[in-house]
Amino acid sequence: MAWAFDQTIPIYLQAAHRIRSDIVCGRYSKNEKLPSVREFALTASINPNTIQRAFGILEEEGLVVTQGTAGRFVTADNEVITRARDTIAQQLLQVFAGKMTELGYSAEEAAGLVKTCYNKASDINILKKEAPSDESADS
Amino acid sequence: MNLPILECRNLCKNYGQGDLALNNFSIALPKGKVIGLLGPNGSGKTTLIKLTAGLLTPTSGELFVGGMPIGIETKRIVSYLPERTYFDPGMRVEETIQYFEDFYEDFNTDKARAMLEDLGVPTTKKMKALSKGTKEKVQLVLVMSREAQLYLLDEPIGGVDPATRDYILNTIVSNYNQESTVLISTHLIADVEKVLDEFMFIHNGALVMYNSADNVREELGKGIDELFREVFRC
Repeated sequence: MAWAFDQTIPIYLQAAHRIRSDIVCGRYSKNEKLPSVREFALTASINPNTIQRAFGILEEEGLVVTQGTAGRFVTADNEVITRARDTIAQQLLQVFAGKMTELGYSAEEAAGLVKTCYNKASDINILKKEAPSDESADS
Repeated sequence: MNLPILECRNLCKNYGQGDLALNNFSIALPKGKVIGLLGPNGSGKTTLIKLTAGLLTPTSGELFVGGMPIGIETKRIVSYLPERTYFDPGMRVEETIQYFEDFYEDFNTDKARAMLEDLGVPTTKKMKALSKGTKEKVQLVLVMSREAQLYLLDEPIGGVDPATRDYILNTIVSNYNQESTVLISTHLIADVEKVLDEFMFIHNGALVMYNSADNVREELGKGIDELFREVFRC
């Protein structure tokens, strides 16, 4: 299944975001060898040059490490992954806080709603199901 | 990146009926990119492609492929997909494969057969027995099965269904290597824009814009299709 892209945002940023999320969510684990540029390009149905550029960003962040001719691997450094996870969470929270404020909820009310939402087991299942497809659309 | 794969210098083409099809057109395209050739009907896209393929000669100006003037040597490294297929209707698909094999040193028969099988094209049938879309598939498969340095694709996805369109775009992406450039002319910008490294807009035979696709998204927050609609608003 090809990845979904928002054509108004640079594709390489969206590809980087997608791979970053997959690492943070554990779809690729610590130290795991990543698919090649070509494989990613085919899965995503985009240009290999774009994937290459996305890898450039992830390497800069330290999430992905190139090991000579052996290919690219997820970092062995837990701290780097945790930091990336925190960054993504912060971004989601900012969007959430912005929209809730727009709807007229105070911070306390919003926090209360979040808690209620978590308490409903069924809602959590919905969240889990929606999570992967969600990321690609947003970024 | 070193030598451009395609270079046009003040290229003009006059078909002898008033307006120039290409008017003082200059550009240099790098190796290793997928590049969109985009413009309204009659803007000169096909003329540029035919000049590059060596099917037309320029009225004035210069044109180089891999640093060489157009000729036998450039045809060796250019794989051209015309707007319309040129195979004899009486030829079987099998024979078109043979034809390409005889004609081009860089033709990869195994690759062609594998792709035709993926697409479910019956190779024993004659060309005239195939639908328009299937004929286009055959032509495209043959063109993409050459290990060329410059692919010129004139409307490669116009006549096929969306599922085949995806397959074709994937074919382009997966065949592509660091040394070869793919120039795609199309109206279906929304379908191809995610695979483009760069794009050019041409209008009335002149270059309007040449940029990287992600640059435009980064700087303008717009997709190529959206930008096209703005630039060429009627």
